[in-house]
Amino acid sequence: MLVLARRLNESIMIGDNIEVVVIDIKGDQVKLGIKAPKKITVHRKEIYEEIQQENIAAMSSEFKPDTLRELSDYFKKKEKENKKEDKNG
Amino acid sequence: MAVKVKTKPLGEVEVEEKQIVDFPDGIFGFDYIKKFVILDSSEKSPFKWMQAFSEPELAFVIIRPVDFLVEYELLISQSDLESVEAESADELLVFSIVTIPSDPSDMTANLQGPVIINPKKRIGRQAISLSEKYRVKHKILDEIKKASTSEE
Repeated sequence: MLVLARRLNESIMIGDNIEVVVIDIKGDQVKLGIKAPKKITVHRKEIYEEIQQENIAAMSSEFKPDTLRELSDYFKKKEKENKKEDKNG
Repeated sequence: MAVKVKTKPLGEVEVEEKQIVDFPDGIFGFDYIKKFVILDSSEKSPFKWMQAFSEPELAFVIIRPVDFLVEYELLISQSDLESVEAESADELLVFSIVTIPSDPSDMTANLQGPVIINPKKRIGRQAISLSEKYRVKHKILDEIKKASTSEE
């Protein structure tokens, strides 16, 4: 891994058109500004990890073939109940 | 043309070729799965199956976010849009992957990583929501409840 020391307001270039600027430093938190072409996506790494974990959790959902039908019925029932509650109050 | 697919929920079924969607990058954590088949679970059900084409054991339950969150808005990057060869989000089918815990009424939907499909090109991808509002776990039944109380 390449390691570079930067001060406040200094920046690094990644390729020719991505710039990362140190905007603010407070305690153990660093605020970074990223200037990049629109087609480059920038996300916090935790987001990737959270989505990945959730996919794995979804994949290991254990249910019998009939569960979905029951869920669908439950879903419709809830929706109806809520509509009824609306009308009553 | 009909194609035979082995599925986790329904055993072997025949699907139309148009139900098979390419996922060039797979989805997060399952990047080796390049094709999924979208199957209805039962008539009039909001839930569908997203079955891995070549892995019978791998299937997700999915739901359209608007089916439980009326005011849902898809906010994704240009690059996610371009990855499915779409010009605007209006062209896309949007699904949310559902996690069903031991108490099914606690089922949650992942709005942080919506599954987007360009139906014309049959290309799909798991996008990353740019909206601050959406997380990986939204309790589906709570969202329905919230919606109906706010309508009053």
